[in-house]
Amino acid sequence: MGASSLIVLIIAAVAFSGIAILISKLVLKASTNKQKGEPYECGIPTTGKTWVQLNVGYYLFALIFLIFDVELVFLYPWAVVAKKLGWIALIEIVIFFFILFTGFLYAHKKGALKWM
Amino acid sequence: MPSFYEIADQLHSWLNANFNPTWVLIIEMVLAGVAVIGLFAVLGLVLVIMERKVSAWMQIRLGPNRVGPKGMLQSLADTVKLIVKEGMTPSGADKFLFNLAPYIAMIVAMLLLAPIAFAGNFQLWDINVGVLYVSAISSLSVISVLMAGWASNNKCSLLGAMRSGAQIVSYELTAGLSVLAIVVLAGDLKISAIVASQSDGWWIFKGHIPAIIAFVTFIIAVTAETNRAPFDLAEAESELTAGFHTEYSGMKFALFFLAEYVNVFIVCALGATLFLGGPMPLHIGNWEGFNHAMDYVPSSLWFFGKTFFLIFLIMWFRWTFPRLRIDQLLNLEWKYLLPISMINLLIVTAMAILKWHF
Repeated sequence: MGASSLIVLIIAAVAFSGIAILISKLVLKASTNKQKGEPYECGIPTTGKTWVQLNVGYYLFALIFLIFDVELVFLYPWAVVAKKLGWIALIEIVIFFFILFTGFLYAHKKGALKWM
Repeated sequence: MPSFYEIADQLHSWLNANFNPTWVLIIEMVLAGVAVIGLFAVLGLVLVIMERKVSAWMQIRLGPNRVGPKGMLQSLADTVKLIVKEGMTPSGADKFLFNLAPYIAMIVAMLLLAPIAFAGNFQLWDINVGVLYVSAISSLSVISVLMAGWASNNKCSLLGAMRSGAQIVSYELTAGLSVLAIVVLAGDLKISAIVASQSDGWWIFKGHIPAIIAFVTFIIAVTAETNRAPFDLAEAESELTAGFHTEYSGMKFALFFLAEYVNVFIVCALGATLFLGGPMPLHIGNWEGFNHAMDYVPSSLWFFGKTFFLIFLIMWFRWTFPRLRIDQLLNLEWKYLLPISMINLLIVTAMAILKWHF
């Protein structure tokens, strides 16, 4: 079908979820009270704010991921032609991986991969 | 028996004979939309009942057995139940993001269906960078998880979403590198070309041990990427209630649930396509009679058989391994799987250049 299938899929997803939510809105009888809107924490009233600062560990992993993900994007065109290029492709990617791995080892030494 | 491709082809020519091109396009778009919605709904129902039956079987109990023959209509009854439940929005939540998140999850799951080859030549869009497309779109699913967790204004949700974010982005690397091993061997990113390159044997057999290592790392990575046990930290029910969808109820919860199951199907379909030949039948060397008999099995049956085998494998994991802790999870990825898959990629490349694969 070609690229137009993306439009079809997006419309289908939105229509499917929209209609499902609409039907459930139509058939139910909603009631509201103050307790119902509280966040669910197993019956105990919540203390303090929810939107607070979180452990920095999550962000460190996101940063390292970013480096590797860019590397992965570079690898895609390389992978397609690797077989045709022959040994030169392998040598180049070994050098590439070596540089990358040095950075990875540096991050590891600095303790970025340790969970605090 | 006519194949899916022939049916679609005949329909296309019949429409072209009877309507003008604009109408043909619109009718085909509507048909495709209805077909994918139907596939989505059926997949959700089938996978939920399969999950419950498989877990019942592994724990030596009966599982759902009341609704319909042997409880096969249980998930239909559950859907009706979920429709009549109220989809609440907590009073402290960010209402816009809270309501948007299930839509994003559904759109991502739906978009992933585009390049999957359900049978020989039967694809919605045979994009020339198919593998890249799948890994690009599947990484968007983390947005809906983070959105849902953040907007819920619930501590369990937020923690679940943060864990899930760290987990999905980490394991994406291994999944990408394992897929690249097959791209190197096949020399193409197009799904149909990768399928065609396996006509004389599946890559998991042709690629010797490195291909098997790539397959194993791929399965581990996609199990983590789809938040399935033993990597279900994002929705660890004993710690975080239900993780990022704690505050979701009714149909919005059902949509998350459905998107999760369809994601499982899609990653298994991708694994089956790349490593197990997708719609290609099983052929063994010079066994002419055997190969001939295998050719009679329709390609769609091969595809769904392989995919459901991988889904079964992932369900098997759930009842075999205990859940990991977040630091163990990240250690496994960064200290073991990532170096293994990188070195494995180099070995596969050397093998492809030396033509050691069959």
